Amino acid sequence: MKLHEYQAKSLFADAGIPVPDSRLATSVEDALDAVDEIGYPAAIKAQVHVGGRGKAGGIKIATDREEAEQYADEILRMDLKGYTVDQVLVEAGVDFVDELYVGVTMDRAEGKPVLMVSTEGGVNIEEVAEENPDAIAREHVDPAFGLHPYQARKVVYEAGVDADVALDVASILSTLYELYEENDASEIEVNPVMITSDRDVIAADAVMNIDEDALFRQPDLADMAEESYEDDLERKAGEYGFDYVRLSGNVGIIGNGAGLVMTTLDLVDYYGGAPANFLDIGGGAKAERVANALDMVFSDDNVDAVVFNIFGGITRGDEVAKGINEALEQFDEIPKKVVVRLAGTNAEEGMEILNTDLVEVEKTLEDAVQRAVANAEEVTQ
Amino acid sequence: MSIFVDDDTRVVVQGITGGEGKFHAGQMIEYGTNVVAGAVPGKGGQEVHGVPVYDTVDEAVEAEDADASVIFVPPAFAADAVFESLDTDLDLAVAITEGIPTQDMAKVNKRLGETDTRLIGPNCPGIITPGEAKLGILPGNIFSEGNVGLVSRSGTLTYQVVDNLTERGLGQSTAIGIGGDPIIGTSFVDALEAFEADPDTDAVVMCGEIGGEDEEQAARFIGEHMDTPVAGFIAGRTAPPGKRMGHAGAIVSGSGTGTAQSKIDALNEAGVPVGDTPEEVADHVEDFL
Repeated sequence: MKLHEYQAKSLFADAGIPVPDSRLATSVEDALDAVDEIGYPAAIKAQVHVGGRGKAGGIKIATDREEAEQYADEILRMDLKGYTVDQVLVEAGVDFVDELYVGVTMDRAEGKPVLMVSTEGGVNIEEVAEENPDAIAREHVDPAFGLHPYQARKVVYEAGVDADVALDVASILSTLYELYEENDASEIEVNPVMITSDRDVIAADAVMNIDEDALFRQPDLADMAEESYEDDLERKAGEYGFDYVRLSGNVGIIGNGAGLVMTTLDLVDYYGGAPANFLDIGGGAKAERVANALDMVFSDDNVDAVVFNIFGGITRGDEVAKGINEALEQFDEIPKKVVVRLAGTNAEEGMEILNTDLVEVEKTLEDAVQRAVANAEEVTQ
Repeated sequence: MSIFVDDDTRVVVQGITGGEGKFHAGQMIEYGTNVVAGAVPGKGGQEVHGVPVYDTVDEAVEAEDADASVIFVPPAFAADAVFESLDTDLDLAVAITEGIPTQDMAKVNKRLGETDTRLIGPNCPGIITPGEAKLGILPGNIFSEGNVGLVSRSGTLTYQVVDNLTERGLGQSTAIGIGGDPIIGTSFVDALEAFEADPDTDAVVMCGEIGGEDEEQAARFIGEHMDTPVAGFIAGRTAPPGKRMGHAGAIVSGSGTGTAQSKIDALNEAGVPVGDTPEEVADHVEDFL
C-alpha cells in the first residue's frame, strides 16, 4: 500500500525528521490560502500514486501569487498517467545547494533490510542503480537486532556525504529505519534530501510503501489507505479483493494462483489470442468469490470469451463449480462463452455439479485455452 | 528414494483444529502420511482424526517423536509458529500460510540460519514424495511414483506441470513448492542440490516466474554443479512491465532483471531447455529419460 507524500511526511515530522512547511489543498482557493501562509517560492505537488510526477507536470514551483493560482488550477483535476489529481501539497520551496538520496528497503536476496545512500540525489535513482551501482552505498541491517547507530554513520560516510552534514543525514537515516520497522514499511525513500546553504538537512520528498500483509497490526495506516483506480473495473477488483490487472486483449482469464494464471495468459498468447486481464481468485475461494470473478470479466466490454482455469489444492472444485453455476443461472442469456477447466482437489465432485448447459468444459489446460481463443475469434469475425 | 521427506517422516500439524488444518490433516493422513500429533495452544488433550493434540510443539515432539511440522496457522500468528518449530529442533518445517508480513519473515530467516531445521515456504503448497508422504495441501491424486524431481515457486503451476508429467507416465521422486514470497526458507538452489545428490532422481523440472533473481541464481548453480538434466518453465512471459501479478514476488521491474526473458536466457545458457507450454516441459523430460 502506497502512502501519499503528505501522509509520509506527517509521519516523518512526528518522528522528528525535518520537512518543509506544507498544507494540503483540494481547491485553488485552499491552495492560495496555503501559499499566503507559507510564502514564496512554493512547490505545488500533485498527490497521486504515480512515479515521475515532476516530469509528467505534476509538480510546479510558484514564485508569486499569479503563478500559484495558475499552477494549482492546472494540476488540480489534471489527468496524471490515468489518475485524476484531487489534492495537492503546497510546500515551502527549499533553497538547496546539494541533493542526496536515502532509502530503506528489504533486500530479498539477502533476506535483510538494507540502507541505501547516494550523493547522486534528485535524479532517477533507478537509472543510477543500473548504470553506476557503486554510486549507491549500502548497509544491511540484522532484522533481529535492528539498526545500530554506527551503521547509519558508516553508510553515510561511505557514500561520501559532506562531513559537516554527515551526522545529520545519519540521524535522519536512523529515524527512517525506526519508521520502517514500526510501520511495517516495505520501502521508504527520500529523494532528494536537500542540503541548504546554511547546511540544514531537509527531507524534500517522501515515498513510503507499507506491507499490505501487515495492515492487520497497523490500523492507523490502514485508515490512511485511499483507493485510487484507473477505471471502474479496477475499483470493482479492489472491492472484491482480487489481484487483477487489466490488459489490452479480448480473452478474459480467471484462475487460481498467480503462477497458474500467468501461465494461462502466456498460453492464450502462445495460441494466437490476446489476454484481456489477469484475475487471480486466490487460494480456497468459495462460491461467492467465484461468482464475483465472473461478474468482473463480464463487466469488461473488451472481453469476447472467457476461460476459467482452476487447479485445486486448497481451492475445492465443488465450491468453484457451485460459484460458476450460481453466477450463470442469473442470466437469461449468458453474455460471453465460458470455457471451464477444473482439476485437482474435489475436481470430480465439481464436474458432477457443474451445469454444462451453461459452460463448455475441457479436460486439459491446452484444450481449454485453445477453445477460448477460438471462441474469441468467432466473436470478432 | 526422495528428498527431505519419506514414509518415516513423523509429522506434527500446527493449527490442526482450524478449518484448513483439519481438512488438510485429514487429506494427509488419507494419503498415508505419518501424522502423529497436532499442536494448538489451548487445545491440548483433544483429538483430531484420531491424532492427539498438544498445547505446544515441544510436547508433541516429546510425546510422539515427531521430526517434521506442517504449519496451518493464520498470518498474524504464523511467524511465531515457525519460530516454535525452529526452537524445537525439528528436521523440517513446512509453512503453508499465505500473507506473513515480510519483516516477520526476515526475523524468521535470521533465526533459521542458526538452526539445522529446513524450512519450506511460507505461502507454499508443501512437499510430496508420491506413495510415501505429503506435507501440505497438494492434491495427492495427480502425483505418481517415479524418478522426476520437481521444484516450483508457484503452487498451482506445480499441479499443472505434475499433471502433464503424470499423464505421460512420468512419475515424480519428490515435488516441492517453495513459495512465491520475497523471503522463503528452501530456495531453488537448495532443492536442486538435493535432487542432484539423490540417486533416484534422474531428471528435474524447475518452474519459475517473473520477479526476483532466484531463477538466475538457480541457472548458475545448474551450469556449474549439476549432471542431472533439468527442464524449465517460466510463467509471466506476457506480463506487462511495472504491473504486480499476484505474488509479492511476481513484479516485473521493467529493467533487465527479473523478466521472463532474462530468466529463460539464463536457463538456456546453463543448458536448460525451457518449454513454451507445460506440455513442452514434459516433452523435454521425456527426451532426457
